[in-house]
This record gives sequence, structure tokens and C-alpha cells, in this order.
Amino acid sequence: MRSDRPLTGAMRPDGQPLGLAAYEAAGGYAALRQALTEMRPADLIERVKASGLRGRGGAGFPTGMKWSFVPPGDAARRPVYLLVNADELEPGTFKDRYLIEGNPHLLLEGVILAAYAIQADIAYIFIRRAYQRGAAILARAIEEARDAGLLGERILGSAYGLRLHLHASAGRYMCGEETALTNALEGQRATPRTKPPFPPVVGLWGRPTIVNNVETLCNVPGIVRHGAPWFHNLSPSPDGGTKLFGVSGRVKRPGLWELPMGIPIREVLETHAGGMRDGVRFRGLLPGGASTDFLVAEHLDVKLDFASVQAAGSRLGTGTMIVLDDQTCPVGMVHNLIRFFAQESCGWCTPCRDGLPWCEAILAALEAGDGREEEIAILEDHCRLLGPGHTFCALAPGAVEPLQSALKHFRDDFTRHVREKRCPWRS
Amino acid sequence: MEEARATALSAVEAREIDAALAHAERPAAAYLDALKILQQHRRWVSDEALAALAAHLGVAPERLESLATFYNLIFRRPVGRHVILLCDSVTCWMLGEEKLRDHLRAQLGIGFGETTADGRFTLLPVPCLGACDHAPAAWIDGDLHTDLTETKLERILEAYA
Repeated sequence: MRSDRPLTGAMRPDGQPLGLAAYEAAGGYAALRQALTEMRPADLIERVKASGLRGRGGAGFPTGMKWSFVPPGDAARRPVYLLVNADELEPGTFKDRYLIEGNPHLLLEGVILAAYAIQADIAYIFIRRAYQRGAAILARAIEEARDAGLLGERILGSAYGLRLHLHASAGRYMCGEETALTNALEGQRATPRTKPPFPPVVGLWGRPTIVNNVETLCNVPGIVRHGAPWFHNLSPSPDGGTKLFGVSGRVKRPGLWELPMGIPIREVLETHAGGMRDGVRFRGLLPGGASTDFLVAEHLDVKLDFASVQAAGSRLGTGTMIVLDDQTCPVGMVHNLIRFFAQESCGWCTPCRDGLPWCEAILAALEAGDGREEEIAILEDHCRLLGPGHTFCALAPGAVEPLQSALKHFRDDFTRHVREKRCPWRS
Repeated sequence: MEEARATALSAVEAREIDAALAHAERPAAAYLDALKILQQHRRWVSDEALAALAAHLGVAPERLESLATFYNLIFRRPVGRHVILLCDSVTCWMLGEEKLRDHLRAQLGIGFGETTADGRFTLLPVPCLGACDHAPAAWIDGDLHTDLTETKLERILEAYA
């Protein structure tokens, strides 16, 4: 099926997971059969490189390039690992859950293809504890795949074999960071590791390891089967492909849609999410989860692709937008976000461990009517001091993105809290 | 809460933990699973349970404590028969999480981190449950409940005796 919605097109309308037979009837596992019979691992990496596919977990790193960092053939210390990041815990993000619950075999086919490309021996799907339904659906799909000879030794009669494990975590945002996820799988606290060495060379138990996001891997079967030009033609943007875009907040129809990469924000917000609820005005949005900068009304025509959102001063992130409306206090919203990041900081490095709680305390004071003007400057200092280059991983730099942009776009709301000695949104 | 304080692992617990260890590539990879198994049987992980598990695994209790205190869903303090995990992340907060919290305080007399006097409910915050298009959401004993209002939540809680 050459769907223009390769990620969601085959899903059942009733929300139940697509089983193996139905997935195969819709063209599923054709890419895997093709790859195992006609393609060398290096061909597969080249095809994914040519597609330009970039990671859908938030950072946007080119997938094929990442795969190519694994030392080839005998140069790699065995076993080689593929880790699937299904630890979706970025506030406002609900796309990977939808893919896992709706079409688990699409993910599994992507996993096996990626594993074949990097010649992995073992793969883990690292799923967050709260996704219990998703974990049960995946466990069932893995069993189906094993029974059908799609996993285990000699997949589909080829020389290639892969063991796949499902690991349910016990909840911590840090697990989404790839080296912290690796530590979590080893039975350690999920703190980040020093880079270099980078995971493709030294990862899980010191072996070459690739970590890919769920949505990223779901893109792989289509690319392998239909080729890079097909992927490019799915979208008017240089990124190519489709993306799951979501909207939550006070809009008429919150939800998730698979749309061409590069679709303007306005179209997602108005055509798909139905615009703002009656009596509510739009004030801004976080375009890709909690750790992205606010965009405002002047940005509504920005195209949702990596370069365009970055040029507008934010990041595409996870592509799931959180809408700020005029009935919500921007300071309160940022306080909620910073409280989350302060709580989820792993405590490994000082700026993050101590800086985020400081910001949280200042924002709490502003909300309580005890804020002082000079503390707004302290918040600004933190945006710089917790920014890129000052911390061990990307948690704190991500955390200050909504804060720094709120201070820019909603400055008057911050000073109003100081002047009126209260939160104007609370009676 | 007696079982949580039992010093030794039960035969069932030991069997399940050994199965997890056998499945793991290396023993440490199963430590978190072992804690989850204990909690499944005892609702929370007491000092005594942690020590018993450490002895069973042949590691220092501090090794397991380093995990138990890190992961949000391992409980190191007693919880009630049912744990209400109320999402307090951004979209749920915007769409009424505080109202739900106020309502639970009025109805059950508990706030975050507290357990009702009859041991029926514990209320805890949980980060984003990935149900933002159906906010606000809560996760109770493994069931996801969405599009919550005060009355809807009150009705849902009736099912948890």
C-alpha cells in the first residue's frame, strides 16, 4: 500500500491494535523480506541516509548517519545492540503511544530492519511503566512475530538472527536520554554518561549500541520498501516524509494526525484541531513538547519542519504542540513546566540539580504574589547558565527553552505578578 | 501492611525474581524488575523487604536503594489499597488538575503523598501520562482514566473498594 500516511494508514478505526495477518495483508513485512533477500546492511543504511530521515524523538539527528557510526563487520565488539526508546515522557507528547497501540508490527518491522542494518544481535524495547496497554500489545505482537519466524534465529530463512526483549521501566524522565536509558537497562540509576565515547562504539555493557525513537523506526519500513524519492515526495519540505503532529490544550478537537512534514502550524491548529474553543483566545504554543521555546501569533504560518521551526526560534521537538490560551497564566504554565524538570532532574550535575529548583522557587513566589522584580533577572541568568555547554546533558537546556521564551513573549505578565502582588489569573 | 514488613521473601516472590534473573543478560539488569515484583506482592518496598531482597541477590542493600529511590514508581513508604496517580503535567494542569486535586482533598481528605485513614487510597502526582488529547488524566491501579471531571472521577473511585 503506497499510502500517503505510511505510519497510520493501515490502523484500525476502532483503536484496536492491527494483528499480524492484517498487517501483512496491508503490505507489512514486505520491506523486511525484500531487505533480507536483496539488500546488504550497507545498502539499507545508504537508503535511509538518502531519505534524509531525522530522529523523531526530539533531537532530529539523521538516522542513517547514526547507524553508520557502528563499527562495521568484525570491527564491532559483539553483541551489538539496538535500543528502542519508548520512554515517551516529554509533557504534552502522546505520539509513540498511538503508534505502539495502533500498529505494533510496524514498529517491530522497523526494529528488525534497523537491527539488520547495524547487524545487531540483540534489541531492547524500553517502554515506560505507564504504557501498560502498549506493553501488553507489544508483548503479544512480539509473540506473533516469533511464531512467524520474523524474530529469533535465521529470520525468514536468512542467515540473520535477532533476539528482542521488552523492558518496562519504573518511571523517570531521564530515561529518555540515550545514555541514561542505557544505564537504566544495566540496572543503574538513569544518569547520563560522558561522551565520548559515543554509544555506537561504547554503549550497553560497553558494546556498540544504537538508540532510536519509536516513530523514527516506524518510518523505516516505508523507506526501505518504496525508496528515498517516495519518502521525499510525501512532503513539500526538504525533510521529506510525514510526521505525527498533535495538539493539546483549549482547542476544539485535541488530537493527533499524520501529516506531511512542513505543514504550517496554522493548518494543524485550525483545520485539524478545529481552532480555539469558543470564548478562548490563542496566546502561544510550545511546538514540540515541554522543552521547546514558545511561539506566538506571528509564527502561525511557520512550517513544521526542522529548519523552519528552528529559524523561528524554537525546535520541532516531538511535534506535539501544547497551546497556551488567554485563560491560562503564562507564569503558572512555565512554573508547572519548570517544576516538572526540577523534579525529574537526575541530580548528576550541579547547574541542573540546583538551578532548576531555584527557578521553580522564584516562579512559585511570583505565582503566590511574593515575587520581586530583581528575581526576574535571576530567571534570565539561569536561562543562560543552564543553557547548552553548561550542563552534562540536554535536560536543563531543554527546560529553560520555555522559560527564556516566556520571559521574551510574556514579559508583561511576569512584571504584572510583581506589581499586583498576585497572580492575575487566580481570584 | 503486615506482608510488607515480612523479613524473608515468600516462595512465590523468590520464584518470580529468579525467573527475571534467568531471563536477564546480566543479573543487575533484573534488579529493578525484582523491586517491581516485591512491590506487586507487598504494595510498597519496606526497609525489611529491601534487605531481604538484597540478601537474596547477594548485593548490598544500598545497591538496591540507589534504584528504589531513583525511579518514581517504586514506593519506599506505605501506600493504600489503591494508588491514584494524578497527572500534574502541563496540559492536565491547564485543563483542571488542580480542581480535581481540591475535590479529592474535600472528598477523601488527602493531598499528594497522603493516604486515607482507612487505607483505601493513596494520592500521588505522576508526570505526563501521554493522554494529553484527553486531559485531565489519572492512572489508578494500572487503569488509565481520561477526560476527567470532578463528578466523573468521584464515580470512577466508587469501583475501587
